[in-house]
Amino acid sequence: MARMKFLCDTDRCIECEACTVACKNEHEVPWGINRRRVVTINDGQEGERSVSVACMHCSDAPCIAVCPVDCIYQAADGIVLHDKDICIGCGYCFFACPFGAPQFPSESSFGSRGKMDKCTFCAGGPEENHSNEEHKKYGTNRIAEGKLPLCAEMCSTKALLAGDANQVADIYRQRVVWRGSNTGAWGWDLAYGRAQRERPQADAAETRK
Amino acid sequence: MKLTRIHETPQAAVGDAKGESSGIDRRTFLRYSGLAAGGTALATALSPTMVRKAEAATAAGKVEVKRTVCSHCSVGCGIYAEVNNGVWIGQEPAFDHPFNNGAHCAKGASVREFGMGERRLKYPMKLVGGKWQRVSWDEAINEIGDKMLQVRESSGPDSVYWLGSAKHSNEQAYLFRKFAALWGSNNVDHQARICHSTTVAGVANTWGYGAMTNSFNDIHNSKAVILIGSNPAEAHPVAMQHILQAKERNNAAIIVVDPRFSRTAARGTEYVRIRPGTDVAFIHGLLWHIFENGWEDKQFIQQRVYGLDDIRKEVKQWTPDEVENVVGVTGAQMERVARTLAENRPGTIVWCMGGTQHTTGNNNTRAYCILQLALGNMGVSGGGANIFRGHDNVQGATDMCVLSHSLPGYYGLSEGAWKHWSRVWDLDYEWVKARFDQGSYTGMGEKAVSPMNTPGFPVSRWIDGVLEDKANLAQKDNLKVMVFWGHAPNSQTRGTEMKTAMEKLDTLVVIDPYPTVTAVMHDRTDGVYLLPASSQFETYGSVTASNRSLQWRSKVIEPMFESLPDQTIMYKFAKKLGYADELCKNIQVNNDEPLIEDITREYNSGMWTIGYTGQSPERLKAHQQNWGTFNNTTLLAEGGPANGEYYGLPWPCWGNAEMGHPGTPLLYDTSKPVARGGLNFRARFGVERDGVNLLAEGSFPPGNELKDGHPEFTADMLKKLGWWDDLTDAEKQAAEGRNWKTDLSGGIQRVAIKHGCAPFGNAKARTVVWTFPDPVPLHREPLYTPRRDLVAKYPTYDDVKQHYRLPVLYKSIQEKDFSKEYPLILTSGRLVEYQGGGDETRSNPWLAELQQEMFAEIHPVDANNAGLRDGSTMWVESPEGARIEVKALITRRVAPGVVFLPFHFGGKFQGKDLRSKYPEGAAPFVLGEAANTAMTYGYDSVTQMQESKVSLCRIKAA
Repeated sequence: MARMKFLCDTDRCIECEACTVACKNEHEVPWGINRRRVVTINDGQEGERSVSVACMHCSDAPCIAVCPVDCIYQAADGIVLHDKDICIGCGYCFFACPFGAPQFPSESSFGSRGKMDKCTFCAGGPEENHSNEEHKKYGTNRIAEGKLPLCAEMCSTKALLAGDANQVADIYRQRVVWRGSNTGAWGWDLAYGRAQRERPQADAAETRK
Repeated sequence: MKLTRIHETPQAAVGDAKGESSGIDRRTFLRYSGLAAGGTALATALSPTMVRKAEAATAAGKVEVKRTVCSHCSVGCGIYAEVNNGVWIGQEPAFDHPFNNGAHCAKGASVREFGMGERRLKYPMKLVGGKWQRVSWDEAINEIGDKMLQVRESSGPDSVYWLGSAKHSNEQAYLFRKFAALWGSNNVDHQARICHSTTVAGVANTWGYGAMTNSFNDIHNSKAVILIGSNPAEAHPVAMQHILQAKERNNAAIIVVDPRFSRTAARGTEYVRIRPGTDVAFIHGLLWHIFENGWEDKQFIQQRVYGLDDIRKEVKQWTPDEVENVVGVTGAQMERVARTLAENRPGTIVWCMGGTQHTTGNNNTRAYCILQLALGNMGVSGGGANIFRGHDNVQGATDMCVLSHSLPGYYGLSEGAWKHWSRVWDLDYEWVKARFDQGSYTGMGEKAVSPMNTPGFPVSRWIDGVLEDKANLAQKDNLKVMVFWGHAPNSQTRGTEMKTAMEKLDTLVVIDPYPTVTAVMHDRTDGVYLLPASSQFETYGSVTASNRSLQWRSKVIEPMFESLPDQTIMYKFAKKLGYADELCKNIQVNNDEPLIEDITREYNSGMWTIGYTGQSPERLKAHQQNWGTFNNTTLLAEGGPANGEYYGLPWPCWGNAEMGHPGTPLLYDTSKPVARGGLNFRARFGVERDGVNLLAEGSFPPGNELKDGHPEFTADMLKKLGWWDDLTDAEKQAAEGRNWKTDLSGGIQRVAIKHGCAPFGNAKARTVVWTFPDPVPLHREPLYTPRRDLVAKYPTYDDVKQHYRLPVLYKSIQEKDFSKEYPLILTSGRLVEYQGGGDETRSNPWLAELQQEMFAEIHPVDANNAGLRDGSTMWVESPEGARIEVKALITRRVAPGVVFLPFHFGGKFQGKDLRSKYPEGAAPFVLGEAANTAMTYGYDSVTQMQESKVSLCRIKAA
């Protein structure tokens, strides 16, 4: 069984918003709801980096842990989905989510997506695949058609990857080899640069002695 | 309670691989059935198209997949459009497309919205007493046509202006130029004038053709990429896929030269911040280091470059100190950039509007060429001048010369040019000539000129065609009728004067899928017509990408609402104006719609100059059906039905279609025979100058039997070479007395290529363009410059009495010092979400939501001096008196003293919201002040390109 993951290669993301719009197009997500968006840090300065963010379909998803009505569940392939019939729209999942993925629409002209809404990895919801009900509440179910999420499929620079984590990892590893390093990776400094970051302070402490 | 649900394991590969996304027929559900379930109450809230969708949803049917091409920028991304029962229900990535590999930017990912079209112009309308009134097509065409014929009678044909579009397909653009020619005027132009006209002029005058020399894909082979005045991360995002591949795989240096630290700069390896309008000084500064260190390619220069010694003289004075003073870049950085380019060859240069839109635009583009020539980077894979064009078909519309100074194929306006095209059209030259105003006019110039042989007004200056004193014009009368056929007015400068010009016209006509800002920016109450045109997804035809490849685009859906395809509207007008039979003499017409394929065949039979002759509809359609067989780097089909051909038969595709030329993927590449897509520089400027040889020396493509430089081919030359008998009898008859450009049989081209020669000769590129105002590119300060201390040393031009039928001001503007009152530099550029004037994209909710406010980028220092906070409302005021109200975006992206405006907004004018003036339901979601309302006077000395990249302004809190 595949284990579905997103990966945004921050050496490639150029903040073009194709992913955001592809999602809007595929699911006809109404104005005001963004299942996916691009976040940029250091905008306009050295060190500017962008990353496309949606539900990360966590393996041990905090939203599932906290949902008071247990409407969120994980399919066997790792995709985190929820049942809008059960959802009470309390927003506790929004507290728990490290990525701000859950969205809480006001009633739209579509009238059907009032409860929590989020990225489904283009996998619909608990209803029968391709049923009207499923489409109305969750959007298109590409996974059941053998297709991957459109946001990643349309990414301008192939920064956003989606699919079986092993395949995604293979592609990313190949890029790392081409580049000769992966120091541009998101969070690399945080995870591996601690010693370097702390050394100057240590050195300064030495000098003071 | 834990819910579980098992779904099938996906079959598709991850998007990086070239996996075909299959299984479209398995889409058994109907996507929009949710709408039908909404009931009556909801249905009333739906637009007619949504109702159509709901209807489509109730009728089950097979999903058809159409191959089309994005209609936003010139990268030319392929799209699979899924259509069910006439409704565009899905957009799938074309992973097998050679340019984009399925990828899109925000705009490309949104094109299905064209088929939903809630904010489209739906019916023909006219303004009556300040109110929009729906009229029928017949009524509209009759009324407009009567008015035009009346103006033709009283003021002559030159008082009607036909403003065409880079959104037209090649066929529409060609028909449009012919349509204007048969109306009898050169007052026809399109966006290329204000986009890359200085590139086309500068580059064509350097080495022969005015186009991108390599391709987006070929950047895979670059070891260095220098981008100047180009921001592909926003303007051509899919190009970044190729640029980042060079960065990752070749460890290529990505050097971004721009007044702004753009999103592209953030992804580059070196950022160089220059003062706006100092491109020539910057390039000369690089050349200073290159010459000083002997890094130039001496053999390449000796064999293939003319006039470099004159350049050396000019470059000598651009010492590191002078460059730092004028441009603002340190000597150390200049040396590092020059060294990087020298040590990483082949390298490519990319430029866009940042370089072209200046009073000295033609100097800039030639300076970029000279840099590449000095480094020996031309005519090689990984090198070249990769000039990214703007709109999806701006390259094609330029090639079709929807331009006031030329007939299709850059033949010009000479008698010979008119005779050539009259032969192609199968029309009597004298009849064509009689269509024109028979007078000749001096205006402010010295020589009386006939309107048939003089360039018409450029689009950048149509307003002066209305407002300028009639006595100063080189034509009979002022403009009276203006037709905006796929053109946003907010992309042109001097907005306040444009408003006056619009109000002074007799009649104003908009033909567009959207009402555009033209519908609302004036205070007219009558005499305005809006005619709904179909988008490119509602018709079909070919489109030329920036890399010169022609792509066939299929029709996705039928025309929306009452819109009609442009070719049909042209035919209807020609019928009303009395020359439909001449317009379509060789073109089949069905139900008022000229047959697209016949139009392709007609231009195939006349465009010999640039090789638009081999791309028959049949060949182009075969390429469209076999996207996946073309190599993603070389664009060569390896096997399959198009084996040995380059994708889209990039022009020149010599000879006729039967000859089977594969297209030319890289211009001037002497490593391949001409018959297989090789080439050399064009012999366009004679064979010698002042005793110096202009032809190539010892450099030629393999198989060239002359084994040296040679002039362009003529019938006489074939005879002298003893190659005349290689022509068939029929070819001989057609070729007698002709040359490679005018022989309608293509025989001269065929025989030249058979002997390994390029039909257009084999010469050196020239770095000195002796026919231009500045033969050697010079730095000249902008008209509105903050550096008054440099004006004496680097002055602008003297005023010109007459150019393109109009007086042009330079010195009389620069003389006046505005820098005290207006201390900040004003510049402009693009956003990824929007395209051009933004009428389409701001009407698309998926895009509009992402960028809802017009803003100005200002540096914290300037913000603090003006008392502005991030997000506060502010005024930007420019020296000619215009002011626009925008939001402040405080950022270090711009330097202190520089204000940046995005130019896609419109619908708000000097603080006034114009939403109520749009026809009901047709206003874009997002309105905002147009940057160009505040942009000032200034035109290139060769092409009349507008200056929209440097002016002055002041800012204050609103």
